Amino acid sequence: MSSENKSSNRILIMGYLLIAGFAIILIRLWQLQVLQGSAFRKISESNRLRVIGVPAPRGIIFDRNGIPLVKNVPYFCASVIPAEFTGGTLSSLGRLLNVPEEELESKMRKTQQSPFTPVRLREGLSLKEVSYIEARRSDFPGLMIEIEVSRGYLYGETSGHLVGYLGKMTPRQSQDPEFKGVPPNAFVGQWGVERLFDKTLRGTAGQRVIEVDALGREIRLLLEKPPVKGEDISLSIDIALQAAAEKAFQGRPGALVALKPDTGEILGYVSSPSFDPNKFAKGIGADEWEALSQDKNLPMLNRAIQSQYPPGSTFKIIMAIAGLEEGVISDSSKVDCRGGISFGKWHFGCWRKTGHHVISLHRALVESCDVYFYDVGRQLGIDRIYSYATKFGLGSKTGIPLGVEKKGLIPSTKWKMETKKTPWFLGETFVNSIGQGYVSTTPAQMAVMMSSVANGGKVYKPSILKGAKPELLIDAGVKPETIEKVKDALKGVVNEPGGTAGVAKSAVTTIGGKTGTAQVVGIRKESKFLSEKFRDHAWFVAFAPVEEPQVAMSVLVEHGGHGGTAAAPIAKKAIEAYMLPVEKKREQAYVQD
Amino acid sequence: MFKIDRRLIQNFDWVTFATVIVISLIGIMTVFSATRQPGQAAQSPLFIKQAMWLLVGLVGLIAFMSFDYIWLSRISIPVYITGLVFLLIVLIAGKTGMGAQRWISLGPIAFQPSEFFKLIFIIMLSQYLSLLRGGIGMLQLLRTFFIIAFIPFILLVKQPDLGTAIVVFIIFFSMLLAKGLQRKALVLIVILGLVSLPFLGNIMWTGLKDYQKNRLIAFVDPEADPSGIGYHINQSKIAVGSGEVLGKGFLKGTQGPFRFLPERHTDFIFAVFAEEWGFAGSVVLLMLYLLLIMRGLDTVRKAKDEFGMMLAAGITIMFSVYFFVNIGMTLGIMPVVGIPLPFMSYGGTALLSNFISAGVLINVRTRRFTLFY
Repeated sequence: MSSENKSSNRILIMGYLLIAGFAIILIRLWQLQVLQGSAFRKISESNRLRVIGVPAPRGIIFDRNGIPLVKNVPYFCASVIPAEFTGGTLSSLGRLLNVPEEELESKMRKTQQSPFTPVRLREGLSLKEVSYIEARRSDFPGLMIEIEVSRGYLYGETSGHLVGYLGKMTPRQSQDPEFKGVPPNAFVGQWGVERLFDKTLRGTAGQRVIEVDALGREIRLLLEKPPVKGEDISLSIDIALQAAAEKAFQGRPGALVALKPDTGEILGYVSSPSFDPNKFAKGIGADEWEALSQDKNLPMLNRAIQSQYPPGSTFKIIMAIAGLEEGVISDSSKVDCRGGISFGKWHFGCWRKTGHHVISLHRALVESCDVYFYDVGRQLGIDRIYSYATKFGLGSKTGIPLGVEKKGLIPSTKWKMETKKTPWFLGETFVNSIGQGYVSTTPAQMAVMMSSVANGGKVYKPSILKGAKPELLIDAGVKPETIEKVKDALKGVVNEPGGTAGVAKSAVTTIGGKTGTAQVVGIRKESKFLSEKFRDHAWFVAFAPVEEPQVAMSVLVEHGGHGGTAAAPIAKKAIEAYMLPVEKKREQAYVQD
Repeated sequence: MFKIDRRLIQNFDWVTFATVIVISLIGIMTVFSATRQPGQAAQSPLFIKQAMWLLVGLVGLIAFMSFDYIWLSRISIPVYITGLVFLLIVLIAGKTGMGAQRWISLGPIAFQPSEFFKLIFIIMLSQYLSLLRGGIGMLQLLRTFFIIAFIPFILLVKQPDLGTAIVVFIIFFSMLLAKGLQRKALVLIVILGLVSLPFLGNIMWTGLKDYQKNRLIAFVDPEADPSGIGYHINQSKIAVGSGEVLGKGFLKGTQGPFRFLPERHTDFIFAVFAEEWGFAGSVVLLMLYLLLIMRGLDTVRKAKDEFGMMLAAGITIMFSVYFFVNIGMTLGIMPVVGIPLPFMSYGGTALLSNFISAGVLINVRTRRFTLFY
């Protein structure tokens, strides 16, 4: 044979092999498509994969004593897979879900996804509704119940502004890289601690890929990626203090901020009136939201950091420290209070018309003599007052991360020239010396001030997590004797006869503090029957125990009248709750739950 | 060299040319169907990209048939070395896709050198074999293997691009068979192969990546892991089978668009086609491939010289291997090896390389007469 023939033989063999290969493929095709075709057609029609997101349980939020403030609760939603919804009519489905037919129709039309992606028809179903729907589901192929994780807030209104609440992601958030990987229907923190620590609490959603039949029943699990629970966090909050304080406000507008003097940890954070975060977690209705936002007491206002008030006589703490430090007064220097002083054509009165007569610093604080501090102010001048007020954290934001904070105002000659374009008048120093006039503060700032006086002059940034590293912002650098003299006088305010906050005297611990009554209108009226909105704001700043302070706080009651009668009792209750042994607090929490 | 001769037009291989274009058009249509997104306004632009690559491919085809293929033998060695260098670059600096490094980025373009390497390998081997006279003996076989096949084979396995490695291996032995092996060498290969099979198999198995092992397990028992690779095979069989005799109709398939079928526009594109066009359509498509391959074999027979013959044989074998392995895997009669269906699967580099290969094939046939010039 020639090599020519040999090679064409080989080509022939290759040709036969190829034809054999084609034959095998044709036979296989015949087998799959013709012989088993109808069986495969059926499988392809019932072949439905479903990817179900498994929401991750959120981390639990605890108070400083390990008492849980929240629990995870299931949130049921009814959804339908459009491609599989062939059974019932929209009107019968509407009746089942209690949703108007037109709404269902528009929801199903609006969807831009594949017909195999479930469309949410109703959210926040009760357990009763779930079982009702479940029982009738076989009449509605494609209908399914989906479960998300929402929150139950164990303390309701008590923790509204503090713990905050969850809500559906806003369109803006879903674009935010911060929320990358969060399923579109998931709840995320929208307020308070829930929002602040959302990333930590959130966890990672899992996934279940299941195969389902034409009725949407699960046939088998193909793939499972379990969710990862979010991290638990422990707040610095003492819920016993928080609850006692919230209760003591009895719904009156106001705020309380309590701090741990040696670390700056926030022990209590009340803005009253509050709202029930559980309403939000259930998916708040339009009418409920309307009611909340229209309420004249502004429950959504975060008063502790967002409202500014003149500090009133609580400002005398700063005046006393400044006076002693600058040497313009000593504990022996005395002023004769005759119920007021005249300056030019103006008259500045003391709250006690009959006067305090000859009075020293200690008693001037205990009895809150205005005339004494007019004199201190006159000697210091506004700029030295400014210097001491700012050393104790007033006039700047405290850094509490629970919302957009106001910074208050501590006036100075420079400030007045810049904003009012007029020079400072001595008469204005008198007014500001008793915490009236331009000076204004937030409850949070006053708590920081009280806390730093209690700890000897250190301003810490308030922190919300338990055991957070204390962040020293300012060291006022005042002499320990000065602080001791002032603290001793503040102890007298509560514990000595004639003190303005005698109601706060406690059998449990020694409380020191200072009352304040901030004028709402310029002219002080002497009527007890003044209409409520013209009544003065009541302040009380306090710390306890005096000997070794463990808690410092500010209390403000809007239009509460006198600080000693309206605000001091709230502080007393909060402090006494805080002083309870931890076991007792846990017991109480258990009862409440 | 670029002279347009009347005989060039006269002898042009219109059959191969038309066949690859028709198959490619069917491919674009099927890519469109496979990647459509039901219920969404925005449609996947992949089929448009594929159509553009088809135009690029046509240019490549015409370029590679316009000069006498004998030129390829003259540049075979430098081109072969360049090809090896590219494979090495991929290994060192390549982009990873699907767990293997196969891509090189050149600015905005990413391409897979291994796609072109197959053709380069065929040209090199054709050149080498065409210089040998008579049947290949044992010694000759070993020498050829170590000179030409060993290095690229190692590089491809390292990537790992097991699919291309296997294809290159098969092309190598098939071309040797086409060239003609001495009986002794043939028998020896068969015996050695049989003896070392368990041993080699063991080495291969331990050397495989997990996903490769899974594919083999799944091939033997698809139900063993219905959510993993067995799932691919099952879904592919469901897609093909549910097409029945006449198919569900163009754009009526559900397996692809609703994502039951993975790799629906690349490796499993035949399943999408078979679902929509049924047994009848599939037979027509298979006949087009049969035509392409048989025409290639005929070109082997008619080639005017040894080099042209080996070239045509190599390319035809390459098309055949791709075709059989891909269809076999889609139909569940071969293990899942990630290799595309020539001219059908989505992928620019592969389409261009296939068109260039077809261009060379046409070149050999068009210049089949010895007294051409």
